Amino acid sequence: MITIRHMFFYIGLLISLITLATHSAQAAIDTFEFDNVQQEQTFHELTKLLRCPKCQNQNIADSNAELAKDLRNKAYQLVKQGQSKEQIVDYMVARFGNFVRYDPPLTPATIFLWLGPLLFVIGGLLILFKQVKKNKTKQAALAPQEQQKLASLLKQHTKGIEK
Amino acid sequence: MLNKRRILMLLVPFVIFIIGAVFLATPLLKGSDPSKLESALIGQPIPQFTLQDIFDQDKQYNADIFKGQKMLLNVWATWCPTCYAEHTYLNKLANQGLYIVGMNYKDNRKKAIRWLNELHNPYQISLFDESGLLGLDLGVYGAPETFLIDSHGIIRYRHVGDLNEQVWNDKLSSIYEEMQ
Repeated sequence: MITIRHMFFYIGLLISLITLATHSAQAAIDTFEFDNVQQEQTFHELTKLLRCPKCQNQNIADSNAELAKDLRNKAYQLVKQGQSKEQIVDYMVARFGNFVRYDPPLTPATIFLWLGPLLFVIGGLLILFKQVKKNKTKQAALAPQEQQKLASLLKQHTKGIEK
Repeated sequence: MLNKRRILMLLVPFVIFIIGAVFLATPLLKGSDPSKLESALIGQPIPQFTLQDIFDQDKQYNADIFKGQKMLLNVWATWCPTCYAEHTYLNKLANQGLYIVGMNYKDNRKKAIRWLNELHNPYQISLFDESGLLGLDLGVYGAPETFLIDSHGIIRYRHVGDLNEQVWNDKLSSIYEEMQ
């Protein structure tokens, strides 16, 4: 039996776990000092854009992995040297491949990712137009038998109203 | 006629499904590991570097050591359990006459020397990359990693993870044999 006391226990447990998790996430934030606000902003954009190769689905800002730390330090160094965001991304891609980017560029391998949705939209519109056209032609072309049936039905209907 | 077209139309989603299923199932059945990335440096020369010898601080090496013959570059560390697992096989390959360069990656010099003395040293040259500088330039994202390098110093293949007999026979040996 789950009592209210149990429930409070689990809620408490949940809250402490969440606090722990956020605490460990904060541990990944190192102290970096920048010459100006723009450099700092570039650095933060980079750490969000660059993906940690070791941890698969985390950017280097969120990851505590040793490699993510190295990449953060390297990005920091390059930002301090005055390199632009694009230059630093290119630097990382030259070493770790496009995997390191969270916004993949348009290449033969990723073309389906970029054009796939467009294909679906165009395909959907085509089917829709065809369907509408089909319905229109159907309405126009009633078979002679159907014409008669329609006429008699209309007649009965008008008679009904007159009565 | 119309019926035939209708059947064809109904087949379209089925065909799309089959293509999708094959696309998704192939890597799954082949047992490919998404955590293993292809190196961005395939077909490119070993980057420039200056690193110390692990045994002798006064001895320094640069990228020229990778020219003249085909060889393996093994990235390892004492903190890496898989490196321990593959060490015996590296010794075996070295005994077969393969030229292997070792790169000790983000490690402690003393521990690394002890490891090589105790477990036997398969490396012709041992580089000491304490800060991971060459590691970063090589796109190393964990240890062990093994690069196949041809006699012009061009990287031909990278294997991520344990190097064992099966991996060598299935994949690496044929690439190694084809290399100049």
